[in-house]
Amino acid sequence: MYLLYSLILIVIIILVGYIGAGILGWYTLFSIIAPYFALGVFIVGFIYRIVLWARSPVPFHIPTVCGQQHSLPWIRSDTTESPHTAWGVVSRMALEVLLFRSLFRNDRAEFRQPQRLLYGGNRWLWLGAMVFHWSLLVILLRHLRFFVEPVPGCITFLQYIDGFFQWPLPSFYVTDILIVAALLYLFCRRLFNPQVRHISLLSDYFALLLIGGIAVTGILMRHFYKVDLMEVKRFFLGILSFNPVVPEGIGTIFYIHLFLVSVLLAYFPFSKLMHLGGVFLSPTRNLMNNSRMVRHVNPWDYPVKVHTYEEYEDEFRAAMKEVGLPVEKNE
Amino acid sequence: MFDKGKVIAGIVIFFVILLIPFWYNAVTGKAGYAPELKPGTDAKECVEKTSFMKEKHTELLTKWKEAVVRNGEREYRASNGKTYVMSLTGTCMGCHTNKEQFCDRCHNYTNVKPYCWDCHNVPKVVKK
Repeated sequence: MYLLYSLILIVIIILVGYIGAGILGWYTLFSIIAPYFALGVFIVGFIYRIVLWARSPVPFHIPTVCGQQHSLPWIRSDTTESPHTAWGVVSRMALEVLLFRSLFRNDRAEFRQPQRLLYGGNRWLWLGAMVFHWSLLVILLRHLRFFVEPVPGCITFLQYIDGFFQWPLPSFYVTDILIVAALLYLFCRRLFNPQVRHISLLSDYFALLLIGGIAVTGILMRHFYKVDLMEVKRFFLGILSFNPVVPEGIGTIFYIHLFLVSVLLAYFPFSKLMHLGGVFLSPTRNLMNNSRMVRHVNPWDYPVKVHTYEEYEDEFRAAMKEVGLPVEKNE
Repeated sequence: MFDKGKVIAGIVIFFVILLIPFWYNAVTGKAGYAPELKPGTDAKECVEKTSFMKEKHTELLTKWKEAVVRNGEREYRASNGKTYVMSLTGTCMGCHTNKEQFCDRCHNYTNVKPYCWDCHNVPKVVKK
């Protein structure tokens, strides 16, 4: 059901882009107002979400580690997997953010006949996630050629490596193929793995389909429905210098692509895609495992009024003696 | 807010990187820049319509290349009924004589590096 809803949503978005820009010709709305608005929502929403997270106290010292904690000098500790220094945390975070360390640890437990519980590694999710995210990064960087002037050499180099196969003309990009394959895998995983399907919600399918839609329209624009790139770049340089000019004679596919990206940007802060910022703020990853060295104080602790036994006895000593209760201090 | 310094630094770094396209062009002084093209000819019409040429000249040239190199066909029948000789340096550059002022301006602008010139010689510009 969720899948159907998200599919319908994507189709509606594409149709809105197609009808609005392609048929009705509302170029100002789709090429200038929508992208600016989406970027504004993205920036404000992103900061809001991060600040909201940063304002939540972390009452407990909860790094989830899998390595020997630093304790006595003759016990070898794992400084990356169970860091007790700031640099250890940095390396652990880098491993998590760049190489998805925790996904690499993904295990699978399943029942096999006759009644045996088997455990095994399951690295496919890790592989799919790595391929997807790194391809996405390369694709984003490649897009800089439409946004900056002059284009720096490193972007040209990336473009050259990515289009290494020089076939057809214009050459296909390796990352285009990889990102579509990875998205298909991540999508099929939700569809065909019963456990994952059971916990998949509308937003899970929607995010995948939206990014998939962007990738597919981008590929179509490069190889099948060509657009005037010169005009595209002129348009972007205009919009980036806050001097927007409504573009002339760019194919409809461009507006659909741009509108999908705008929807993604505006949707981003309200979705699970916020893991982009959230990964840095997860206390199970960014805390040092130094609970034996430093006392972790609950930030919302307030001075608790304590009434100790000594004070209690001082208060009631006379009465206690009267009824014959034992007291610790006899004056 | 906890860890104020670190969180704000993180947000600032993120947006400085994300918004590169906004400040990069201002730094290089090319904000809103668009190159000027010199077609090098007064002819009103190219082989196909201008909009077609802008979007699909790559496709057309690839078709020409395959027709000439693989099939030995040298005549191109355009959609306006005229016939052209399929030749990059002859037909195309017969009008668009100056590669630097025509081909390169757009290609550099959108960072496209066509490999036409791996094989073809660039005809010398005739000074008028």
